[in-house]
Amino acid sequence: MTALNRLTMTEALTGLDRRDFTAVELTEAHIAAVATARPLNAFLVETPERAREMAIASDARRARGEAGLMDGLPIAIKDLFCTKDVATTAASKILQGFVPPYESTVTANLWQAGAVMLGKVNLDEFAMGSANVTSAYGPVVNPWSPGAPGAWPRRLVPGGSSGGSAAAVAARCALGATGTDTGGSIRQPAGFCGIVGIKPTYGRCSRWGIVAFASSLDQAGPMTRTVADTALMLQAMAGYDPKDSTSVNRSVPDYRAALTGDIRGLRVGIPAEYRVDGMPAEIERLWDQGVAWLRDAGAEPVAVRLPHTQYALATYYIVAPAEASSNLARYDGVRFGLRVDGDSLIEMYENTRGAGFGAEVRRRILIGTYVLSHGYYDAYYLKAQKVRTRIAEDFRAAFTACDVILTPTAPSTAFAIGERMDDPIQMYLNDVFTVPASLAGLPGLSVPAGLGADGLPLGLQLIGRPFDEETLLRVAGVIESAAAITTLPPFVA
Amino acid sequence: MSIDRATVAKIAHLARIKVPEAEQDHLAGELSKILAFVEQLSEVDTEGVAPMSSAVATTLRWRPDQVDDGGTREAILVNAPDRAEGFFGVPKVIE
Repeated sequence: MTALNRLTMTEALTGLDRRDFTAVELTEAHIAAVATARPLNAFLVETPERAREMAIASDARRARGEAGLMDGLPIAIKDLFCTKDVATTAASKILQGFVPPYESTVTANLWQAGAVMLGKVNLDEFAMGSANVTSAYGPVVNPWSPGAPGAWPRRLVPGGSSGGSAAAVAARCALGATGTDTGGSIRQPAGFCGIVGIKPTYGRCSRWGIVAFASSLDQAGPMTRTVADTALMLQAMAGYDPKDSTSVNRSVPDYRAALTGDIRGLRVGIPAEYRVDGMPAEIERLWDQGVAWLRDAGAEPVAVRLPHTQYALATYYIVAPAEASSNLARYDGVRFGLRVDGDSLIEMYENTRGAGFGAEVRRRILIGTYVLSHGYYDAYYLKAQKVRTRIAEDFRAAFTACDVILTPTAPSTAFAIGERMDDPIQMYLNDVFTVPASLAGLPGLSVPAGLGADGLPLGLQLIGRPFDEETLLRVAGVIESAAAITTLPPFVA
Repeated sequence: MSIDRATVAKIAHLARIKVPEAEQDHLAGELSKILAFVEQLSEVDTEGVAPMSSAVATTLRWRPDQVDDGGTREAILVNAPDRAEGFFGVPKVIE
């Protein structure tokens, strides 16, 4: 029998249903895998005791015939989701010691579906980053790093901000993980680690109980090893939540039923603006290969224009820091987390925030404060909001001519820890293909499509109409079958 | 637009973040670079374009003005670095 931590969610559910193994056995295999994978630094908090309790309860439910959608499946939770009685850090020193007295809606939905929590996984501090190198608890190693595990000559980044999630899933520590995506934080690490990740339409998953970064962009989504597993986990996570005023009240479709493999007649938009300067030839070839696979399956590729694409990153790096500067005002040393004393209340605030925030978070708060300050608001923030409208209009126009858009996920494969850190703009360029859909609030999915010459995974991104996650999943399923990747990362637990 | 160290000090104070003087020059350089990068938005014609403040076309919902939660003082205070008499504790603000 395949090692239990190598199964997909779909296979694991079949095994549980057939009583080939129990949720307790499946969970023990994953608890051991989490321990084996400690050199990756993917987990910030391991919760083996809770996992065992949840697995025992799951087996009891299954025995009673009351198993939920994900009953008995061990998963990891990005440490941006508040989990009741389990420390939540957002990978920041400023949340040191914070233990939420409540549970985020998305994780509550997952536990309701029967999922088992293995622990909380690493991320960029407050989800601000594209390489998981801004975490206050150290970087995460991509399990695709070449060489002997633990003695890697070159430690590669897993992408970010959901780097711990992507590494844990790729290294077979967890069957899936939650991620959040503000400008590409699910899709880019999924691409770098050779797994599937979807950022749903803004409003599809509740933001309640997720540590806020940029509230008009943040969205939670699943990260798994197959498209079918992503469909399953999204099903469990999604849904209306009265506690999130931007949560959208519409029913959740049966995402797994969308995986028909039939894309005949579907119009696939190819935006010329995504052929950026300096993009490696192999990424362009992979993109062309993706187009060919979809054409072979009966889809019709069409050229579309997204003329404001080149302005998306600049727009994002005004809007997101502006919202962050406002959201992160709550870390004041009064109600939770770190406090560094001072002689006055203001000095206490300044000391606390000076000591608690890392360099990237501080940079973004300062930029955000600047673009919102008197005399600059119109020139920067208002201007960016207007360009954002233009970017959203581009997509609306494109979707009159096509049903889904195909692009690369990222402009490179995974790079090494320590690279691209001297210049913030170089790091921001990682998100050049993922940020536009975030600004427009559209769903985006990354699916593994091949390996680069360096042997590292490359992903393709699908962007869809609002609330049309089903088409993304259907098309991703076709790419997954055509790519038929069987290579495992050098490090698997 | 470039940012000098005095501006860094000013926005750091607005943001209530202590930035050591030794780091102000370096930070001014980084922030100026980011501002130079976003400057390209001035090329975009946004005449008559409405600013986008929400990612989905939706209007905020109404709900009855009813208390549906509360009585959780202890849960709210449990993470406080300092507390007294059922309140958050802060440095003295009145002399």
